[in-house]
Formats: sequence, structure tokens, C-alpha cells
Amino acid sequence: MLRVENLSRPGLEPASLTIGAGECVALSGPSGAGKTLLLRAIADLDPNRGVVSLNGESRESMPAPHWRRKVAYLPAESGWWSEKVGEHFLDMAAAVPLIERLGLGAGAADWPVARLSTGERQRLALARALALTPLALLLDEPTSGLDPEATARVEELLAERLGEGASMLLVSHDARQAGRFAERSFSMKLGRLAETGP
Amino acid sequence: MSFITLGYADVALAAILLIANAVLSLALGLGLARPLLIAAVRMVVQLLLIGLVLKALFALASPLWTGVAVAVMMLVASREIMARQQRRLRGAWGFGLGAASMMSAGLIVTVLALTTAIRPDPWYDPRYALPLLGMVLGNTMNGVSLALFTMFNAASRERTAIEARLALGEERGEALAGPRQEALRAGLTPIINSMSVSGVVALPGMMTGQILAGVDPVEAVKYQLLIMFLIAGGTGFGVLAAVFGGLRRLTDERHRLRLDRLMGLKEKPRA
Repeated sequence: MLRVENLSRPGLEPASLTIGAGECVALSGPSGAGKTLLLRAIADLDPNRGVVSLNGESRESMPAPHWRRKVAYLPAESGWWSEKVGEHFLDMAAAVPLIERLGLGAGAADWPVARLSTGERQRLALARALALTPLALLLDEPTSGLDPEATARVEELLAERLGEGASMLLVSHDARQAGRFAERSFSMKLGRLAETGP
Repeated sequence: MSFITLGYADVALAAILLIANAVLSLALGLGLARPLLIAAVRMVVQLLLIGLVLKALFALASPLWTGVAVAVMMLVASREIMARQQRRLRGAWGFGLGAASMMSAGLIVTVLALTTAIRPDPWYDPRYALPLLGMVLGNTMNGVSLALFTMFNAASRERTAIEARLALGEERGEALAGPRQEALRAGLTPIINSMSVSGVVALPGMMTGQILAGVDPVEAVKYQLLIMFLIAGGTGFGVLAAVFGGLRRLTDERHRLRLDRLMGLKEKPRA
């Protein structure tokens, strides 16, 4: 269970929410409302105040890198730092099944990053994060810009992780997608988080 | 030791070359005459003044006045490091990081050379201390400013990639490995290059100067080697200190990238 209490930072009013194991909470709101700020603050990527814990273990009780491997943040724009795709994975062999399920070739390790399409980058970044088997997922528009087939593949994989007990916070502009996954939904407006109902 | 002394008339004769250049520029409309002449006049005034200052300092040979000269050199060099940055750390760090790295590396290396290799009497004899420090400091300043320039720009440019690595649970040292390498390379490349070609393509200025002053070439080479080692050592330590200090300041104990601690040149310091 991911618990967030009075989490705040400049641009984000104190926000509280709890996401149970195997639960998905959808987050919507206009651009610039602070959705990404909330996700980044939970992942502890910006200075922030508040209490955040996972299954009763507080964030501060462990080094930040440990926390981030348990609570994976997938930004809307993926980041790459090496020439080849494979160099971005800790264990490429273990990630290949994930990559194949996302509709990409098993030989992706040797692909040059510079030639990837936006959709390929997005799916590879998701595989990279899921390969760490995080207990909580903070997803910032994971399927924006994907075609319906790729979107379906991503959703299938996410549904599986939910079934395995992951907690998920999903930012999505697609109300139907949010409806398919989330039991509860929140909206963000001017940095203020509010529950909008199931 | 014998050398041919120059009269001011001899120097003026050489200046004719520069004036000829300026005339050419005027004739061809290149617009270079003015900057060329201004720079030349600046050089003449600055060098004549420093000649007088050095003469006085050497005559005094006082630890106090040598110390004052050292302090002035260091402050000017520190200011120069800061002025060359496109982005710099906010607050006292903006000046302090480059200054502290350069000063400590430059001082340690120079004092070491004075007390072990050259051993003038007294060890702070300005005739040895000031030229030595000047050469070490000038090169360390270049290295440190290039390294910081490169690192701050790379960290800003690579923000998405660095934060992706942090989000995947990497430590700050791993996540910033790219900018770190880029910065170290930028800071050390000039001295590596100049060591590789010295004696083949370029005869180092100091060695040439000693040879012109009548020193045996083999002796001059020994001096030049010493100086190059000092410069390389000072630049290396200075660049390392600046890069590792900068990386610590660009991140925090929770392994976050703190670009909010950087500011662009045109930006006002944040309250």
C-alpha cells in the first residue's frame, strides 16, 4: 500500500492519498496543474515535504535509490544516455520477454537509441521500469502517442502487474483508459488534489 | 649568462609590423584596425606596469608584499573563472567553488615546487614564486573554468537522461557519470594536448625565454619539464576538485538532481 500524507512542494498544495495493493488510482487535470509535480514528489525527485510510505516503510527509512526501485516513476518523456538500447537495461536478458510482449523485437538490445520512434522509446522505457519489478508504479501518460494495438499491449501488461499486487497511480488524458483501470479517480487543478469519485 | 638587451627603439621597430597590419586592415576595410590597436596599447601598458611592479617586488623581497601579489593574482583568476561560465551555482558557491579548487591546487603545487625542487632562499623569493604561481594558476584557471562550464551545461542539457537514471534507482554518481566525464575531459584536454606537442610543434614560451637569456638549452628543458609537470598536476587537482565539488552541489543526499541551484547568466539571483 502506498500512502501519501500532506505531500507538498512549490506548485503543489498538501496532497494526501492512499493506494492499496493491486489498486489503480487515476489522476487527471489540465496541463500545468501539477500532476507531474505530484508524481515526482512521491518518487522524491524534487525537494518536498510530507510523509510517504510503502507497506508501512517510510521513504526516509531507506536510501532514495532503494525507494525509487520500489516506487517506479515513468515520466512522459523518456530519457536515454547511451548509444544502444541494451546499455539502458540492468539485465537485458531478463527484460527481453517484457520487450517482446510490448510488440518490439527480441533484438532490441542492439538498436541504436537515435533511431527509435517516440512510441518505441515509450514502450522501452516502460519495459526498463517494469524490469525492476517495482511495488508501486507512478505512470505519466504511459500510452500517449501509441497506436491502439500498442496501447492494448501496454494495458495488458499493466493489468497483469495490478493483478500481482502493484499499486498504481495513472496520469491519463484518456477517460476510457482511466475507467478501464481505476476504481477511484482524482483530479488536479492549480496544484490542488481532489478526489472526483469512483 | 649573457643576453642581448633591447632598447625601446628596438621594441618600437617590431611594433611597426603591427601598425602595418592595421594599415592593411584599413585599406581592405576589414574593421580590425581598432580592436588590434586597442589590444596592442593595452598590452604595452599592462606589461610595462607589471615590469615595474615585479621589479619593485623583487627588490623588496618581502613576504607581506609577495603575499599581497599572490592574493591579487588569485582573486583576478577566480573572478575570471566565474565570468567565463554560462551557468553557475547560486550564492557563494558560484564564486567559491572555482576559486577554492583553483587556489588550493595552485598553491599546493607551487609551494611544493618552491620548497622541494627549486629551493630559492628564502623559499618565497618573489623572483621565483610569482612567475611560477602565475604559470600554474593561469593553466589551472583555464582547466577549472572549462570543466565547470562543460559540466553545468551538460547537466542542464542531459536533465531528462539523468533523472531517468535516478528514477531507475541509480545513485547520483552513476546518474551523472556522463557530465562528469565530459567535464573532466574538457578541463584536462588543453594540458594533455600541449604536453603532447611541446618540443615538436611548439617550443614552450618559458623555455624559449630562458634560451634567449643565454641559458644552456638542456638546463632550460629541465626547467620547462618541471613547469609542465607542475601545470599538469595543478590543473589535474583543480579540475578534479571543481568537478567533484560541483557534482555534490548539483545533487543532494536524497540523490536528486538540483538544477534549481544553478542559474543562467542573465537570470537574477533567486531570493
